[in-house]
Amino acid sequence: MKIELREIHKRFGAVHANAGINLSVGTGTILGILGENGAGKSTLMKILSGYFHPDSGGILLDGAAVRLRTPADALRHGVGMLHQDPLDFPPMRVLDNFLLGREHQFWQRRSAARADFDALCSEFEFRLDPDGFMFDLTVGERQQLEIARLLWLGARVLILDEPTTGISANQKVKLFATLRKLAAQNKTVIFVSHKLEDVEGLCGRVAVLRRGALVGEAQPPYTTAGLVQMMFGQALAVGVRPAAPLGAPQLELRGAEFAGEHIVLRNVDLTVAAGEVVGLAGLEGSGQQQLLKGVAGLVALGKGSLKIGGRDLSQASYKEFLAAGTAFMAADRLEEGMIAGLTIEEHMVLARRGKQPAIVDWAVARTAAQAGIAEFNIKGAPASVVEGLSGGNQQRALLALLPPALKLLAMEHPTRGLDVESAIYIWSKLLMRRAEGTAILFATADLEELLRYSDRVLVFFAGEIMAVLRAADATVEQLGALIGGKQK
Amino acid sequence: MSEVVLIATLASILADSAPIIFAALGETLNERAGVVNLSVEGTMMLSAMIGFAAAFVLDGYGPMLFMGTDLAPYITVAAGFAAAMLAGALIALVVAFGSITLRRDQVAVGFIMTLLAIDLSSFAGVNFVRKPGPSVGHLPIPALADIPVVGPILFSQDAVTYLSFLLIIGMAVFFARTQPGLRLRGIGERPQAAFARGTNVVLMRYLYTALGGALIGFGGAAFSLHVKLGWSHRHTAGFGWVALAIVIFGGWDPLKVALGAYFFGALRAAATTLQALLPAVPVQVFPLLPFPLMILTLVIFNSDGLVRALSLLPLGPRRFLFGLLRSNPPAALGTHFRQE
Repeated sequence: MKIELREIHKRFGAVHANAGINLSVGTGTILGILGENGAGKSTLMKILSGYFHPDSGGILLDGAAVRLRTPADALRHGVGMLHQDPLDFPPMRVLDNFLLGREHQFWQRRSAARADFDALCSEFEFRLDPDGFMFDLTVGERQQLEIARLLWLGARVLILDEPTTGISANQKVKLFATLRKLAAQNKTVIFVSHKLEDVEGLCGRVAVLRRGALVGEAQPPYTTAGLVQMMFGQALAVGVRPAAPLGAPQLELRGAEFAGEHIVLRNVDLTVAAGEVVGLAGLEGSGQQQLLKGVAGLVALGKGSLKIGGRDLSQASYKEFLAAGTAFMAADRLEEGMIAGLTIEEHMVLARRGKQPAIVDWAVARTAAQAGIAEFNIKGAPASVVEGLSGGNQQRALLALLPPALKLLAMEHPTRGLDVESAIYIWSKLLMRRAEGTAILFATADLEELLRYSDRVLVFFAGEIMAVLRAADATVEQLGALIGGKQK
Repeated sequence: MSEVVLIATLASILADSAPIIFAALGETLNERAGVVNLSVEGTMMLSAMIGFAAAFVLDGYGPMLFMGTDLAPYITVAAGFAAAMLAGALIALVVAFGSITLRRDQVAVGFIMTLLAIDLSSFAGVNFVRKPGPSVGHLPIPALADIPVVGPILFSQDAVTYLSFLLIIGMAVFFARTQPGLRLRGIGERPQAAFARGTNVVLMRYLYTALGGALIGFGGAAFSLHVKLGWSHRHTAGFGWVALAIVIFGGWDPLKVALGAYFFGALRAAATTLQALLPAVPVQVFPLLPFPLMILTLVIFNSDGLVRALSLLPLGPRRFLFGLLRSNPPAALGTHFRQE
């Protein structure tokens, strides 16, 4: 089926997620859609699969304008979407999952469905047991089931959102073979990814999105440099960092292993000195979070050793990490950083470390909150609830809650979603900490931020540290290629 | 125990369990859709009163209305059940509106409805206390009732008991063999995914909440018109809570819920017998027996230990036993659905 997207606009509040996108995809082709986190890929695909309605613009399928009201409506038109986290029902059996959603039927007709299921599985060489339970399946198998199901329901367009995340190398080979076979059967495949290698290996054409706009298209043979430049934009002038003398090692990792939900970060050797800023680059979920939480004591060390300020904390509790002078700032400010519903002054009381009197002296807390508000230029009052603050002010409040004289500060996306002024302000405060001898580790998707503020950059890919670069020598192209999983 | 007594006991267990069957299966429908309807206790109480009152009042007008037709007693009783179902559905709709549309806490809304409905039943039912009134008539099924042993147990009952059998079978088939039943399970497990597959989550949650509420109401009326005839202050006290517990006990599965209800009924019957056999034990102990037993069973079947024990078995029996024994609540139970 031929797809045409015309002048698609979609805004979420102030964010222009899709800004006038025109794109057409021919029958029997595999189109890759590249872009970094937040480039607008998911929004566009959710518009095409009926989850979102565009603010303006139109969708044409085989030349006919359609309105896709819901995902089920899109599937009736032949457009099926496979989500990164497959939208299935874990407690049910495989066959139940396959059946659920078949329209215009009262009885399930299980034996007929089972026969269709087996036929589809053997056609694509999927090894799925219809009587098995979903929770025994791997992500790759759940994808296979979802592909079979969408085809069964008549999908002629298959959209896959980051399908190679969390599946094994073998499953990836099988997935690619399946997608090529589908294209050969005149189905249309749209493959959304930020992994250069996957897109280059599979797609007959690539469209690149950046900040909500379609910035270019490419056809094989692809050049990595060309794709990277489209994804990340032109090379940036990197600002000059104030020099800061490095002190004694504040963080020492030897053969460290941190396990996360989907990914295990293995064999990390890293020393960070007092006053050093280390930036963590990579696609979201490549292991940066495990390292940040691990050095802050929030993810237990699996193997190896970990020292903070020269003290061995390999087996220490989170409390001991706090006492040793570490702090973690989460990307999700209202989920992990602060408590929605509580005020700034209440947070001041909660954030105090060490032994505290049983009865809260609110006058003292208010004074502390006022001092923090003045020092960090927060637009709010001591009695403001934190969810009422803007993102920038929440981030400033989080900084105000940090105890003085930290040895190690680990941060996820310190300036994500903030305006330029707030971002610069936050970094000025962080650089003051650095001058006082705090070692700073931060993860960000913003390459400019990485190069501007880091002394060193660690590049993560699929749970491994692919490269360690001196920020002063690194270029955006080099980083972009490494982030996309290209060694050179 | 002689055979005759045993048969009579079994028959009465089946009959006396009918109200709890209706209420627990109604609640199963609610919870499978993701809505905890905590108003069961109040709904049963109020609908027991309304069911009896409606039948009682209509019975008073009966001779005038039906001109002495043979159908009069059936019509009055059926009207009582209809009124009770309506009351149950209305209370459930309040819970649905509070939890689905207003996104309030389901437990709080349901609990308040329980308190309200209990007091309302005492207040509005004051004129019907201890009045003799209509009830569901005995209706042995010709031929089937004459089968030895099975006949008197299963087929010499009244219409309400037969309906309870049909409901159990019907609901089990609905869940296991129909597409709407599968979709209903989907709504309770992962509403976002159910929406992606074309289910109108909000509408279906309303529908199944109301339907479940109507069944709970039917259970209330089954109490006052079928088991413990008539109406008195706090007539059904405690049975709504038991129905709620049985839904959990039965792992949200209609067949197991029904088994749980009969198990509870059997324990109550056994308590009466034991009381006669062990006069030294204080009387109050026996009616309490079912509860610690239920807690014990719950602890065993909801524990990780069971999963671990099963994991030692080969794949075939493991899957079979797991499907039989597992009792995880619907994953989205008590949560709000927000479409992107």
